[in-house]
Amino acid sequence: MSHDSYNPVPVKHKFFTPGVVGLIIIAVNGLVFLMGRFFFGIGSVTNLNNQYPWGLWIGVDVAAGVALAAGGFTTAALGHIIHKEEYHAIVRSALLTAMLGYTFVALGVFVDIGRWYFIWHPLIMWNGSSALFEVGICVMIYLTVLYIEFLPIVTERFIGRVNLPGILSKLNKPVDKLLRALDRGLSKTMFVFIIAGVVLSTLHQSSLGTLMIIAGPKMHPLWQTPILPLLFLLSAISVGFPMVIFESLIAARSLGLKPEMHILSRLGSMIAPLLGIYLAFKIGDMFIRETFVYLTEFNTASVMFTIEVLFGVIIPLRMFLSTKVLKSPLFIFIASSLVVFGVLINRINNFVVAYTPPYSSSSYFPSYGEISVTLGFVAMLVLAYRFIVLNFPVISLPGKATAPKTKYTIRGIK
Amino acid sequence: MSGKSRRDFLKKSALVGAGIAGLSTSSAKAGPKNILSEDRMGVLVDTTVCIGCRQCEWACKEAHDLPAGDLESYKNREVFDNMRRPDHTALTVVNEYSPGKSSNLPVDVKVQCMHCDHPACVSACIVGAFTKHENGAVTWDTDMCIGCRYCMAACPFQIPAFEYDKALNPKIMKCDFCYDRTKEGKLPACVSICPVEALTYGTRTELVKIARERIKKDPDRYVDHIYGEYEVGGTSWMYLTSKDFAELDFPKLGNNPAPGVSESIQHGIFAYFVPPVSLYALLGGIMWMTKRRKELDEEEKL
Ligand code: SF4
Ligand code: SF4
Ligand code: SF4
Repeated sequence: MSHDSYNPVPVKHKFFTPGVVGLIIIAVNGLVFLMGRFFFGIGSVTNLNNQYPWGLWIGVDVAAGVALAAGGFTTAALGHIIHKEEYHAIVRSALLTAMLGYTFVALGVFVDIGRWYFIWHPLIMWNGSSALFEVGICVMIYLTVLYIEFLPIVTERFIGRVNLPGILSKLNKPVDKLLRALDRGLSKTMFVFIIAGVVLSTLHQSSLGTLMIIAGPKMHPLWQTPILPLLFLLSAISVGFPMVIFESLIAARSLGLKPEMHILSRLGSMIAPLLGIYLAFKIGDMFIRETFVYLTEFNTASVMFTIEVLFGVIIPLRMFLSTKVLKSPLFIFIASSLVVFGVLINRINNFVVAYTPPYSSSSYFPSYGEISVTLGFVAMLVLAYRFIVLNFPVISLPGKATAPKTKYTIRGIK
Repeated sequence: MSGKSRRDFLKKSALVGAGIAGLSTSSAKAGPKNILSEDRMGVLVDTTVCIGCRQCEWACKEAHDLPAGDLESYKNREVFDNMRRPDHTALTVVNEYSPGKSSNLPVDVKVQCMHCDHPACVSACIVGAFTKHENGAVTWDTDMCIGCRYCMAACPFQIPAFEYDKALNPKIMKCDFCYDRTKEGKLPACVSICPVEALTYGTRTELVKIARERIKKDPDRYVDHIYGEYEVGGTSWMYLTSKDFAELDFPKLGNNPAPGVSESIQHGIFAYFVPPVSLYALLGGIMWMTKRRKELDEEEKL
């Protein structure tokens, strides 16, 4: 391995700050409402009903969560499959974001389904014609793949450092041996998982778009189109890098690190073409189906569609075309946040705003409990991210490379 | 990549490919049954005959162990002030509308699951908990359902209802065409109690014929449309009315089966797992090539 300025280490920084305490409060607030959901049923904390079976939890925790965790597979494709080694420094943090993101997607599904204790049913009860089945199976397998991809980071942390307390210390040696064996096995097979991760992501990112197609006329024509799977895939691919930039800059800020601007700028330069392709399909579809007529009406749907496309795609697309934006941490952060925001709004639009049931007596707006749970999950995710980067070698400190541990950089494809 | 590890790579990729392909054959066999028998049964609802006595509501509850209350109380017509929908407490409800073209009596419409010939709920359910039976009934299996409510998002008639207030074992509730009764040769509870024979139970083919004859015999009484004959590919329950169906809150739906588009996309992406496996092979190839190029570059430098 030639690139040696890359050396991920656990970041030295204290865990608790005022911000962290704030996050803990938000997380606890969410947990309180979750208890309500488990003791008194979904109806007790949500505004869901027979007219609106899906709401904020599916739209944000699940659909947007999956899309925003796309940084994992896009960087894996870039770093490992197209083999751009200069990006390895961010592959690990993107992997961590994806792993945590999907973990919380799974938790989101777990709390949203009425019979959480049957969550394993799709593993043995298959319905090949169901888009949801495909999403479910792919997400389950992909989550496992992500954990496997993350394992080398765990073994790296503990090899030679296993130190069990008390009588368990007798096990130190065997555990160490086991870790080493695991590490060797993983490094030989990792490429299988990396490719599988990319394939699985392509599949379920697009199938997530297929989900609402069956709702047919119940979905507003601005969003209902047979190319939804393609739009979902393209938007997931174009939000991958912005999410990595967004997350790296926040992490750098909060942990007092210098942002890896040279890598982030290069990532940023790839975003404009990706967003451009997405926009082309989105607008093209709108003209082919002549849905622009709905934009002349003034209602929630047209306003939300305009916000989504203008602020989430067109403005950041223009921004990413400028070198000045790519070089400035502030502007690249703003542009990336806009893309992230755009995809978030797009998923909310597709699953919540666009859904117009034939018999509705009132419209849906998420309850205080639903919002609390969603915010609680986000807070927990950020806390988990912080805990892991402080304790595991995830983030690379630029320029501080001592002896580059090439062995741990890209498992299995050396 | 050395010769050995390259072979390793190919072998492992092939293994994964085979594994995924293996999945596909079994999934083709799995999935919900959707038998469209020639003799499937249905019900013709003639809303011009219905008097809105709501005895069917009572009978349906009785037949499904739902709290039904006193049959007398169903004479109260104040419930018609608001449009009601079937839910977890009532699998069928009757709504009343202003008179149609043939008389000055109000039009009453009984609402329940339509038992579609190509049901969206069957196609959508993540675990295949819904089944379209040979006799036309679409039923739900409590032992399979995970409570994801995708069936509710999918159903074009907004029929499946969910027990939102239950923390444990919430059920999806909808008319089951009295599957337990019809299995034994009995009539559906609502059909059997109806005092004016507004509901006719029979094979779907026969019902379409009957409906056509009624329209032909009495064109002033009926709108020339059998709702459910073609909507979303046909439904087991069909309706005759004396006024425009849209005015009676029937959704305006096309004639293509509701799951059509999503199923063809699903099956396109997963056609015998060829697309995902090819993608896997393609990515593996690119990975191997870029890796190889890098190695060559490095060798040259040495
Ligand atoms: S009406 Fe709805 S619930 Fe009934 S069979 Fe059709 S799709 Fe399924
Ligand atoms: S709620 Fe139950 S029946 Fe409906 S789609 Fe989900 S698993 Fe199937
Ligand atoms: S067929 Fe049975 S379940 Fe359906 S509405 Fe009639 S009585 Fe109720």
